[in-house]
Amino acid sequence: MYKVEIISIFVENKPGKLEKITKLLAEAYINILGFSITDARDFGIIKFLVDKPKEAYELFKKNGFVVALNPALGIEMKDKPGGLYEVVKFISSKGINIENALVYVAESREKAYFIFEVENFEEALKKLKDNGFELLKLV
Amino acid sequence: MEVNFWDPKIETMPQQDLKALQLEKLKKVVTLVYERVPHYRKKFEEAKVKPEDIKSLEDVVRLPFTTKDDLFVDYPYGLLAVPLEEVVRLHTSSGTTGKPKALFFTKKDVDAQAELIARNLVMTGTTRGDVLQNSMTYGLFTGALVMHYGAEKLGVLVIPAGPGNTERQIELMKTFGTTCFHMTPSYALYVASVILNKGLDPKRDLRIKRAYLGAEPYSEETRKKIEELLGIDVYNCYGLSEMGGPGVGFECVYKEGLHIWEDAFLVEIINPETGEPVKEGEIGELVLTSLNREGMPLIRYRTRDLTFFFTEPCACGRTHRRISRILGRADDMFIVRGVNIFPQQIESVLMGIKGVAENYQIVLENYDEMIVRVEIDREFFDGRIERLLKLKEEIVEKLREAILVKPKVELLEPGTLPVSEGKAKRVIDKRTL
Ligand SMILES: [Zn+2]
Repeated sequence: MYKVEIISIFVENKPGKLEKITKLLAEAYINILGFSITDARDFGIIKFLVDKPKEAYELFKKNGFVVALNPALGIEMKDKPGGLYEVVKFISSKGINIENALVYVAESREKAYFIFEVENFEEALKKLKDNGFELLKLV
Repeated sequence: MEVNFWDPKIETMPQQDLKALQLEKLKKVVTLVYERVPHYRKKFEEAKVKPEDIKSLEDVVRLPFTTKDDLFVDYPYGLLAVPLEEVVRLHTSSGTTGKPKALFFTKKDVDAQAELIARNLVMTGTTRGDVLQNSMTYGLFTGALVMHYGAEKLGVLVIPAGPGNTERQIELMKTFGTTCFHMTPSYALYVASVILNKGLDPKRDLRIKRAYLGAEPYSEETRKKIEELLGIDVYNCYGLSEMGGPGVGFECVYKEGLHIWEDAFLVEIINPETGEPVKEGEIGELVLTSLNREGMPLIRYRTRDLTFFFTEPCACGRTHRRISRILGRADDMFIVRGVNIFPQQIESVLMGIKGVAENYQIVLENYDEMIVRVEIDREFFDGRIERLLKLKEEIVEKLREAILVKPKVELLEPGTLPVSEGKAKRVIDKRTL
């Protein structure tokens, strides 16, 4: 399936939080492929795209974090001016609302992907599939 | 639902007649303490009020309050309204510091309280033939003895088990076919868990039908839990030694609030800060005047317990008003922007919101800012920030509606705040005046 999984962690705005989270991942040899931080003043949400999402999810849960694992979509961005614009235009032309996004540059450094969450994953996938854009498959 | 009465005439007396009866008794008791108790006479004189000034029930507000400090003036016999030889019973109630409060009862007082207990037991379906295991502390504490006398008066077989020794408690239940027990809620929870851990099936191996739990505040959740564990009915009872012990307020079979016997007590709920009555239905401090006591009557006694009146009449047909389970202590109250607030008000709002975990904290800062710190429910988090922002908005809005002050709300990870053990420190006041 054309699916990636995003780990979301609820964090209070306290110093040292991000450090603790990334340390956990490093110690478990989980590779961070991309991340984003959303800040709502007294709290925030940190999102990760990692190579082993299920493992990472269990790891955070075990360590008492408030964590969620959500499906997301990834679309390849052309390495040229307007690459992101094209992708975003395509998504909105399908009437899909982007809830949260991050960028993932593949290891080869040849390809970059726009990773985003949507309200209804299955429905969005159906609309985006087979439309000339390459969808990322990590799960 | 089956509704039983011990004294139907009194229990269903129309409010109007009940009020007339209260006024008559109030006049009598006020005259009694004025004439016989020097400390009360002094207090009345200071408040410039005389017994003849009490012409209606509303006039009760002219009378001075009795606080626990008054119980230590002329200690221990100073508040007696009868000669010492009339007194047959002493109970004490431990204060937080120093000497215990000393409460005295005449033979008639002991009997009157037993009468209230009999009413309570019948109200919940207990009759002759029932076996009551009384697992409160026998001794200076009113809990066990008062219940004991009341149950005997009704004609129930009482097992004076006292507390503790859980193995023996369960043996007694099995051997003598206990049908009801009287305990503290925390001990009942423990006994229930031991019963189940022993592999006993409460329905098959025991005959318990109902439990009377009191002497410490507990939540609706605790009640439900004990009811489910044992498959019984749990009734909340309220009392305090100053008012004769258990039996002051008791739930009927509908379990929605505790009927307070208004032929025995004049009930007021006041703002603990101002002493003014609160609007009916609002939370405040319970203030009781004993209407029947002759040994040591107390006028407008400040219980420090927080509760509110139910405004609707009860389905059981009793006309005596109902108060809520005890929500906390008046000492917990704080004031923000001139508004009196109890942590319990905030707690009850928070508990009604999905997505909120059990722990919370109230922080008061300079310029009268109130910050409510709330732990979120782990299961509620789905990775979406919108959902959390909406939750925050909902909390702010519902709190503002309930307490009339708009708080700041902070969402926290579960496990951040100190775990509440009984009287957790919920309010942190950082304001400097
Ligand atoms: Zn009732």
